[in-house]
Amino acid sequence: MIDFLREVGAWFADPANWTGNRGLPGLLSAHVGLTLASLAVSAVLALPAAVYLGHKRRGGALVVSVVNIGRAVPTFGVMGVIFPLTLAFSATARPLGYWATFVAMVLLAMPPMFVNAYTGVRDVDPALVEAARGMGMTDRQVLTDVELPLALPLVMAGIRTAAVAVVATVTLSAWLGYGSLGTYVFVGFAQRDQVLVFVGGLAVAVLAVITELGLGGLERLVDPLRAIRRRRR
Amino acid sequence: MIRLESVRKVFPGATAPAVTSLSLEIPEGEFVTLVGPSGCGKTTTLKMINRIIEPTSGTIEVGGQDVLSIEPHLLRRSIGYVIQQVGLLPHRTVEQNIATVPRLLGWPRDRIEARVAELVEMVGLEHEMRDRYPAELSGGQQQRVGVARALAADPPVLLMDEPFGAVDPIVREHLQMEFKDLWRRLGKTVVFVTHDIDEAVRMGTRVAILNIGGVLEQYDRPEEILANPASEFVARFLGEERGLRRLGLLPVSSATLERGPVVDVSAGPTEARAVMDRHEVDWVGLLDGNRLLGWVPASEIGSTPLRDLEPREFLVRLRPDDSLRRALDAVVTSRTRVGVVVGDEGYLGMLDVETVAEEITE
Repeated sequence: MIDFLREVGAWFADPANWTGNRGLPGLLSAHVGLTLASLAVSAVLALPAAVYLGHKRRGGALVVSVVNIGRAVPTFGVMGVIFPLTLAFSATARPLGYWATFVAMVLLAMPPMFVNAYTGVRDVDPALVEAARGMGMTDRQVLTDVELPLALPLVMAGIRTAAVAVVATVTLSAWLGYGSLGTYVFVGFAQRDQVLVFVGGLAVAVLAVITELGLGGLERLVDPLRAIRRRRR
Repeated sequence: MIRLESVRKVFPGATAPAVTSLSLEIPEGEFVTLVGPSGCGKTTTLKMINRIIEPTSGTIEVGGQDVLSIEPHLLRRSIGYVIQQVGLLPHRTVEQNIATVPRLLGWPRDRIEARVAELVEMVGLEHEMRDRYPAELSGGQQQRVGVARALAADPPVLLMDEPFGAVDPIVREHLQMEFKDLWRRLGKTVVFVTHDIDEAVRMGTRVAILNIGGVLEQYDRPEEILANPASEFVARFLGEERGLRRLGLLPVSSATLERGPVVDVSAGPTEARAVMDRHEVDWVGLLDGNRLLGWVPASEIGSTPLRDLEPREFLVRLRPDDSLRRALDAVVTSRTRVGVVVGDEGYLGMLDVETVAEEITE
């Protein structure tokens, strides 16, 4: 056990592991880059539709299906199905495995983002919305001044859930040959290098925790009721 | 003035119309209460005036303008709106909430600030509360903010949907009285929905009683409705305490007061006894000039000068603007079986059960 940890320490101490394509910084940035790209695209696809439907208080059935499909979609399966189709793209702009992982990650991130944003907007107290309309706010002002600020913490919670899931799952890209922190895990398994597997797993876990804590902090920061919650404490 | 003509509302999917065909004229400066059982369309009627609910057919005019010809959000900025749940924005301070409509109207900042300060005072809130959030206020305070917010841009018309329905009875009575005072000072046209007939007759200068489906059963001054219900429905809706409710609307000053068994403290015990005999009572009220000191029982009147007696307080001293209902309560709960009335200039007189009863039967 001690020996093992010493080996892990030695791995981190080795300058060779800090440079190049297989170096920690390189794989980390590829990992984070793919995460951010797929989260951004999911947000663009999911949030406006969710906010619109929540504002109109319509589409409850759609949301239920989104959740169920989201739960049922096997990420591995998606990657396997998409991979052959993206070989043409991968040869050009992006490395092998990028697009298949990207699509799978977008599908993974959309349900929690959609559901949280939808619920957040829809569940704003109807009396509040009626009062706001009664004061003479336009439909758009009701959305921007009342519904969105109050829904923001929930919207952010959806983004956080999605981000943590994606940051952990991007690891699978290594299976299709795209370099991410998962590369350590896959290569480690192939080479029966326990230290490498451990380093990969540890890096992903740390990244996921940082994501969770960071976005959780941001969530509290955008809470429109923060001032009063703090004062009441 | 607000005018509804043949207004009809059928909600999609509903079998019967919520409001069948309602015509109603609300003169400027009146305080009109819409009252009726649930399903009578009172709230629907109210919400059609500011187009929160769109009428199916008919005409609604506010200040001579057809509301359907005005953009809903512009219309609503010119009409005050208060709802039972208040609906204050929880993420905005009291000040920001009150400033909602002026802000929408694009008032300059200093004008808004001055107006908010004025309103905070008007509705009886403390100035320190301006920076609080709604969740930090009591229910009564929240509704005061709701009223201030509705009045912010000084709209000529105020629509209120059971505004005091969610606060406890004691606070409600306070708010009702204060709001009625406020209305007297501001001269707004108020349309006020309630399911509580007591509130309707107490608050309204006119009461519209609606039956299921928005059928207008009676529309008149509250005294008139209580005295002469137009239909069986109205009589039943007014309930069994119609006489008492009517007394609630009449001030003590409308009754004929009697001087009653009172003597001046300068008088002697003999005169006091004579007064008691004349009125056939076993107590006498003591006056010092215009000032009512209290009363003493016959048993304590002996040879001592009246001035040296220790008179007992009348539990309730009525003011001329108190209601006869309150007066009746004072009469039946007092040991002396009378209600004494004291104005700014001192003792005015007293009334007993007969005096009050005369007012009901009149």
